[in-house]
Amino acid sequence: MAELIARPPCQGLLPLEIGTTTLSETDAGVLTSIMPFKGQEAALSEALIAAHGMAMPAANRTTGRAGIRAIWFGRGQVLLIGPSPHEALAWYAALTDQSDAWAVVRLEGAGAVDVLARLLPIDLRATQFKRGHTARTELMHMMASITRVGDQAFQIMVFRSMATTLVHDLKTAMEGVAARR
Amino acid sequence: MRIAGKGLIDRSKPVRFVFDGVGYDGFAGDTLASALLANDVRLVGRSFKYHRPRGVLTSGSEEPNALVTVGNGAAAEPNVRATVQEIYTGLEAKSQNRWPSLSMDLMAANDLAAPFLGAGFYYKTFMWPSQFWEKLYEPIIRRAAGLGALSGESNPDKYERAYAFCDLLVIGAGPAGVMAALVAARAGADVILVDEDSRMGGRLLAENCEIDGVPGVIWVDRVLSELSAMDNVRLMSRTTVTGAYDGGTFAALERVGHHRAARHAGLPLETFWRIVAKRSVLAAGALERPVAFRNNDRPGIMTAGAVRAYLNRWGVVPGQKVAVFGNNDDAHRTARDLLAAGVHVAGLIDSRHNAPDATGFPVYKGAMVSDTTGRRGLESITIRSVSGEDKLATDCLAISGGWNPTVHLTCHLNSRPVWCDDILAFVPSPSGVPGMGVAGACSGAFSTDRCLREGAAAAVAALEALGKSAPKTQIPDAEDAPYAIAPLWAVPGRGRAWLDFQNDVCVKDVKQAAVENFRSVEHMKRYTTQGMATDQGKNSNVAALAILADVTGRAIPDTGTTTFRPPFSPVAIAAMGAGAQGKGFAPERFTTSHAASVERKAPMIEAGLWYRPSYFPVPGETTWRQSCDREVDMVRHTVGVCDVSTLGKIDIQGPDAAEFLDFVYTNTFSTLKIGRARYGLMLREDGHVMDDGTTARLGAHHFLMTTTTAAAGQVMRHLDFVHQGLRPDLDVAMVSVTEQWAQFAIAGPKSRELLNGLFDADLTDAEWPFMACGPVQVMGVRGRLFRISFSGEHAYELAVPSRYGDSLFRTLLARADTLGGGAYGMEALNVMRIEKGFITHAEIHGRVTAFDIGMERMVSSKKDCIGKTMSERDGLSGADREQLIGLNPVGAVKQLTAGAHLFNADDDPVRVNDQGYVTSVAYSPTMGHMLALGFLKNGRARHGQKVRMVDHLRDLDALCEVVNPVFFDPDGERARG
Amino acid sequence: MRITCPFCGERDRREFYYQGAAVALERPVADAGEEAWDAYVHLRDNPAGVTKDLWYHESGCSSWIVVTRNTVTHEILDCTLACDTKSEVSI
Ligand SMILES: [Zn+2]
Repeated sequence: MAELIARPPCQGLLPLEIGTTTLSETDAGVLTSIMPFKGQEAALSEALIAAHGMAMPAANRTTGRAGIRAIWFGRGQVLLIGPSPHEALAWYAALTDQSDAWAVVRLEGAGAVDVLARLLPIDLRATQFKRGHTARTELMHMMASITRVGDQAFQIMVFRSMATTLVHDLKTAMEGVAARR
Repeated sequence: MRIAGKGLIDRSKPVRFVFDGVGYDGFAGDTLASALLANDVRLVGRSFKYHRPRGVLTSGSEEPNALVTVGNGAAAEPNVRATVQEIYTGLEAKSQNRWPSLSMDLMAANDLAAPFLGAGFYYKTFMWPSQFWEKLYEPIIRRAAGLGALSGESNPDKYERAYAFCDLLVIGAGPAGVMAALVAARAGADVILVDEDSRMGGRLLAENCEIDGVPGVIWVDRVLSELSAMDNVRLMSRTTVTGAYDGGTFAALERVGHHRAARHAGLPLETFWRIVAKRSVLAAGALERPVAFRNNDRPGIMTAGAVRAYLNRWGVVPGQKVAVFGNNDDAHRTARDLLAAGVHVAGLIDSRHNAPDATGFPVYKGAMVSDTTGRRGLESITIRSVSGEDKLATDCLAISGGWNPTVHLTCHLNSRPVWCDDILAFVPSPSGVPGMGVAGACSGAFSTDRCLREGAAAAVAALEALGKSAPKTQIPDAEDAPYAIAPLWAVPGRGRAWLDFQNDVCVKDVKQAAVENFRSVEHMKRYTTQGMATDQGKNSNVAALAILADVTGRAIPDTGTTTFRPPFSPVAIAAMGAGAQGKGFAPERFTTSHAASVERKAPMIEAGLWYRPSYFPVPGETTWRQSCDREVDMVRHTVGVCDVSTLGKIDIQGPDAAEFLDFVYTNTFSTLKIGRARYGLMLREDGHVMDDGTTARLGAHHFLMTTTTAAAGQVMRHLDFVHQGLRPDLDVAMVSVTEQWAQFAIAGPKSRELLNGLFDADLTDAEWPFMACGPVQVMGVRGRLFRISFSGEHAYELAVPSRYGDSLFRTLLARADTLGGGAYGMEALNVMRIEKGFITHAEIHGRVTAFDIGMERMVSSKKDCIGKTMSERDGLSGADREQLIGLNPVGAVKQLTAGAHLFNADDDPVRVNDQGYVTSVAYSPTMGHMLALGFLKNGRARHGQKVRMVDHLRDLDALCEVVNPVFFDPDGERARG
Repeated sequence: MRITCPFCGERDRREFYYQGAAVALERPVADAGEEAWDAYVHLRDNPAGVTKDLWYHESGCSSWIVVTRNTVTHEILDCTLACDTKSEVSI
């Protein structure tokens, strides 16, 4: 039998390099929404440590490292990025596969904060939004998740269907910042 | 005329520019106004109403006269203030509001008709007949009176928006603002210093002054270089804070491209900033006001501070023989600076009898300028004193009626400024904007020393509020000259004395308003249009108020003040809407089958933010109806494939998931078996239908809800509300999985045949009966299969992770093609659901109840649910309600239209006889005629009756038979079989 | 206008969806009677002063928030999670 062919959300759109910033698609692996059941938060965190070596992140924070990360994803929700979730987690939380629901891109370079300042209504100053900090916010009317993954590097997520708009908006902002230099 | 050796322009960088087709030379650092004055160009525009010749009045963004159009064609920008526009090589500017040319403006005839064009002229003259207004008066007035014109073409310029955050926002980079920024920055606060000028320094750039023993310009440049080297400081020049809003939010407009000759394609013309600041310091300075006297609007008459600025900053003198007229000490400064620069000062006219003496020029104490001459520019002035009238030849008159603190931003949150008798001007109310301090001239402190002190003090106060300690700061040495002023608003006498240069409002207009009993300042303003031009009365409000106070016998503070609202200076709509041009207007959502649909030439239509295929044309089809009819036929007889991924999908898990669903749906889901789906109806709390869809039970504590495409966001919000706000006791977790799954309907008698072969085992009715659901392996990928139908045919919906959506869609189409089937689009989907009487939001439009759509039995009597109590109210059910019905055309007219209204066959089709309306129509290839769904009073009891469908807009009148809304296969055998 | 989400911190108003009076949290029992239901669904005060209303952090964390604010001064006095205002659930 023929096989189904996988297609990444930003196929044909990325990478881009404009001025001092680059934009590339991230193959994040498995994305799992983890929503703890009532009163199970602590047990879930223990299970997460045991299974994946990291605790549940607090609000607006991440745990883990590149390739295997848990990012706070909203009220009562954490997104596990990278590995398949250990089945024990399902005792404590609702697990939902979201591997195909999000376009995940990485914006990196000297002007990255300036680019994002044109798209996001949140405070991204290095003193306020440090490496490992994450936020749920809107990016030009799109629900988005933003995580600082390096001094000059950000992970940006929007719904998969809006990948074209995401790239369009980021590209426009990158051009505006680059043209000022 | 340029003065050798003076000014901050860069004489090593000549700049060639064009004004009204003539080339001129200036230097880097010049504004268009300074460069034109350096070239002795005095006439730069015509006034709004009377088309009077006008010249540059000021040196800042408050300029009312020198408005020009910059650029050509689609990129032309009207109403640019020449006092703000920096020159660059290749700049092309044109004067406005003149025809055919600036020097010979035929509309200047308005000036001769001036006796008839006073305040209230339009109101009185064009009262009636009203039909003349649109056709006659308005076009003539619009042509005669106006500002620059838009190109009429789409704006090619790019605009940008951006956000910034800081501890302290300092607005204005004059001595007070710079000092505030310095003190706060040294204490470690995050500071944004904003100034609307191209160069920071404020009046220090325009005055001949010293700070700490060095020229003010040098001092300020030193401070700015210290600030620019600090990580916690952001300097934003060419940026005007245009509004103060709640929560420490400010709007600011940055001019990014206006001053650049060569603009990179990606460069925005302007950036509209939203700055959020914990504290702010307003150090916006003050604006000088003219004095009203007869013919005070001739080119060559300028504010005294502007004359000083042109001299000291740009090395320009706007005349050969300059006279100065004022009522305060500051006017003397202009005369002294001119004299020191070697300019001939013809005289200083001071209305005060006790005016200070001076050497080097005559001082006329207790005198006033009462009239002027000069057709296209000032030639002489008349000086009136106790000893009579004198004429003085002069080509430039510098006038000062005193300074108005720039209080505007402090008023944006509704506070009113306070009158201060010492300076005869309004100062900010202390409670203006929460978190905002004011410093320097905008608080009424006019000496450099007081500006520096107030700037430092405002910073210390802000630091304390931020919880930071302020290091001790040495205040630099600077002049602390007194500012004495005597009231002088208008020189008494006959003739027209201008107050509002931009809207051509004179002293007598204000007096006329008072005579006609428009005594409130707000009424006077609207009656005369004073203060309603693009300068928003910056040059005229206080004087107009003073004159109104005088003629109405009140004190100025009792007369009031007008309300300052954002924006402080004009903001292009394009800047406020930045990012929303073209594709930026709204996100586009594309399904995974988008590319394959476009390849098949399907026209894509918008469904909310989604793009969905309308139909899939095949060779030979020339209209959408041909394609649509074929696709319906195809699904009814073979098989069709349709992307249904846009329907909302919500994953609901938890021990209380079933109880939660029982509460949000009218019907019961706790009894649903695992592996089965059920149609559900959701009400709003007011008893009306919110949404519908099928929900599948994937596990004991695991459900998958589907919503309509249109209501997906609303339902998610609603579920979150019900859970968080009403039933937080329930242990349930919800997350949207709309984007995770690509889902396709495979519908038609051959749907099973199409699918068999894709899975490990063939589908059977026993294992996959109607409304069954479960996991499947699709070509090696974990998918989900649902046996549900929106077409009425034997049908399935197959979901796979979205990354495989494109591939699966192409596979399904290839298999459909071999079976004589194919893809179908929204049009065919809609026709088939109407044939089956399935509702969409065309029917559940917000005003219908479960009863209206015949689903009242779905509201379970065994449990409470959202909307249940209110749905049982009198009036929400019964024979009076308009109920869902089907309509077949039975008369000569066979066309039916959505939106048409229904009437009894014998009644007049007028509102009082209204019996209902049509919500959806389609041509049904299955039935061979048009069908309609609609709502009809007591409709369910009227099947078989005849009604008139009348569409008053399209002029249609069709006799219809009322029928069961399920036109096709009413028993549902095809979907079950 | 800026609203402090108990989870996300201070955010711009544009991230929130406005619902209306926080009365919506006090749902009567099914048989509370017509007046109670009418008040719950339809009757709203329009105070010049302090009011409580519901905002949904739609493009943020999806929390429903009770915002206490002054309609005259525009001052925001308190932001609380809607679920935390339900100390006892009467069902
Ligand atoms: Zn939030």
